[in-house]
Amino acid sequence: MIEKIEAHNIIKRYNSRFELECSLRIQKGLLYVIVGPNGSGKSTLLRIISLNDKPDSGTVNYYNGESLLPDPFNNMSLRRKSILVPTRAAIFNETVHDNIAYGLKLRKVDKKEIRERVIQALHMVGLVEKENDQADHLSAGEAQRLALARALVLEPSALFLDEPTASLDPDNAGIIEDIISLRVKNQGKITVMVTHNFNQAKALADSVIFMYRGRIIEMSDAASFFKGPTTELAQKFVFGEIY
Amino acid sequence: MDFILSSFAKALNLIVSLDQELVEIVFLSFRVSGLAVAISAFLGLAIALSLSIRDFTGKNIIVTVNNTLMGLPPVVAGLFLYLMLSRSGPLGFMKLLYTPAAMIAAQSILATPIIAGLSYAAVASADSSIKFTAITLGATPFQAAIKTMKQVRYSILASVLAGFGRIVAEVGAVLIVGGNIAGYTRVMTTAIALEADKGDFELAVALGMVLLLISFALNGLLFYFQRKKINQL
Repeated sequence: MIEKIEAHNIIKRYNSRFELECSLRIQKGLLYVIVGPNGSGKSTLLRIISLNDKPDSGTVNYYNGESLLPDPFNNMSLRRKSILVPTRAAIFNETVHDNIAYGLKLRKVDKKEIRERVIQALHMVGLVEKENDQADHLSAGEAQRLALARALVLEPSALFLDEPTASLDPDNAGIIEDIISLRVKNQGKITVMVTHNFNQAKALADSVIFMYRGRIIEMSDAASFFKGPTTELAQKFVFGEIY
Repeated sequence: MDFILSSFAKALNLIVSLDQELVEIVFLSFRVSGLAVAISAFLGLAIALSLSIRDFTGKNIIVTVNNTLMGLPPVVAGLFLYLMLSRSGPLGFMKLLYTPAAMIAAQSILATPIIAGLSYAAVASADSSIKFTAITLGATPFQAAIKTMKQVRYSILASVLAGFGRIVAEVGAVLIVGGNIAGYTRVMTTAIALEADKGDFELAVALGMVLLLISFALNGLLFYFQRKKINQL
């Protein structure tokens, strides 16, 4: 079980104009929401702390209690407990069932259990009637729910979501927000989300991480952040002067 | 003109009556090219998969060399293999020259780069989010590459068909290493060359019609798989 994630002085450069440099600590039981203008490095940070991209320098440490879990980037067993749902998660050209079952098959779960867990995941996201449909025939909202089900079925200790409701209609967005909230409330695991939706961040977040141009400018509990951030940049962001 | 029409008429008669010599030659052609494409598909897909897993030093050189070999002239492939398999060659002890096995080997040399090159191109041009999504769900780079190949399976099938189409219609390689021995290493293309040389056109035209039919069927299949691929998009 992953109970804490710490990133120390991670640096990631993509070109001469962009550099991510930050440190942070994530605990289980809270919903962390990363916010900030476009290009501030939110998705990059999410990929790094979810072990899907290595930093150029710095460390990412995963803990079970106070025990440091060794070499997380090369620890496949650990990486399979930390799941990222990317912004544009690819939908495989097979049935909805097979899409959701993919991760379970990688983990060599037996067929009977795969079936049970897939059905459970379909119920969670409201796609039971689509089980045997070709996944590439789903609407955008259904596809995003499928992507979420594909992650949740793996029962990750740490779940990372990159704009899970981007371009979705309010109904589909609402379904996904409810699932995310329930996971945090009922399971108490690590959940980190990136969003551009200010109101969504306000409604869901327990803790806010505000980023700007590759740096974490402010990290605080949601109530304090949205009531009155301490830094000038965060204030400008909250009051809509930078976006 | 009468001569051409007469040849066509006799050729049709050979086909309809399932002339024994015709059937044997067609059957051998399918056996040789069928086995060659099976071997080439195995090797070619293994090469494509290896190139798809991750970037590594020298990858671009391998891709460039493979792409060059896609255009390898069949006679050159045949000549190379002949030198290897001849009595004074390094593999002469295998005594494979002028056997169907040598023909299969020659056609495998021709088809493998085609299947490898076209399959790798299909994977490389696939949506990169497929591989990334597979990795986020816990796939190793190898498993993610397999997943991507499954997603472009119709393009890969088309590459195998393209490989088969190339080798079933070639004459240079199989002529040099097979020797065009009647009833043993005589396939459609070498038989057409021989019969045309002899001025005996019935069998040549009949085999030509069969080859055209195969070509038509292959193109039909390719078109079908292209449509399947487009419908996925």
